[in-house]
Amino acid sequence: MSRLKLERLGWIFMRVSGFILVALIFTHLIVNVLQDGGVHSIDFAFVAGKLADPMWQWFDVTLLWLALIHGTNGMRVVIEDYVYRPVLKRVLLGGLGISTALLIVLGTLVIFTLDPCPAGSPADLLPSFCSAS
Amino acid sequence: MWSWVLHRITGIAIYFFLLVHVLDTATLRISPEVYNGVLGAYKTPIMGIGEAGLVGAIVFHALNGLRIILVDATSWGTRHQKKMFYIVLVVWAILMAGFLPRHLINVFTGGAE
Repeated sequence: MSRLKLERLGWIFMRVSGFILVALIFTHLIVNVLQDGGVHSIDFAFVAGKLADPMWQWFDVTLLWLALIHGTNGMRVVIEDYVYRPVLKRVLLGGLGISTALLIVLGTLVIFTLDPCPAGSPADLLPSFCSAS
Repeated sequence: MWSWVLHRITGIAIYFFLLVHVLDTATLRISPEVYNGVLGAYKTPIMGIGEAGLVGAIVFHALNGLRIILVDATSWGTRHQKKMFYIVLVVWAILMAGFLPRHLINVFTGGAE
């Protein structure tokens, strides 16, 4: 694909993902930060309880991928605007790509492999459904 | 011009928080104790003020991003872009006026538990 076509695709992606991200992030903030107690109510029991629901798994994984790719493409544009030295530019763009790939893999694994009721953990730190049954 | 500068600065700030936020969330996978300890760092007054700034940055970037989409995608967008920037600022102020008291009360009173 030509450079110009790729830039155009990136341009469209920023608009489409940005539009979706507004809805996803506002929901994310309302559910996590505007709940009773706000940031003080966020702990393992709260987050693991949410991630035990496939709906939240797919919500969070969509948010993770779109936000990281949107943010990375934005940072790429910033680097290309301000960094002129070819070696430094290549190092920064390479580091950006590698860190994004690692975070996408790490975040996706955490979302889909988290055990909400790890054995040996005190029950008062776990979601309430862990002690049921 | 100012909308462009603010969009860029808020975007960069949100990107760096996103990196940290994926890593702190990943500690869920280590143990409940470790995750709760890490999250404890977000529950101090200084971080609470930082969170207010972060939400302010996110809300601005979101609203101004919608304005950019309208400017690019509609025939009338460019003509009204300045008016829409003022609308962005007003809606931002209204949303923050709703969010800030609630958030700051949580931060400085230890949450309504």
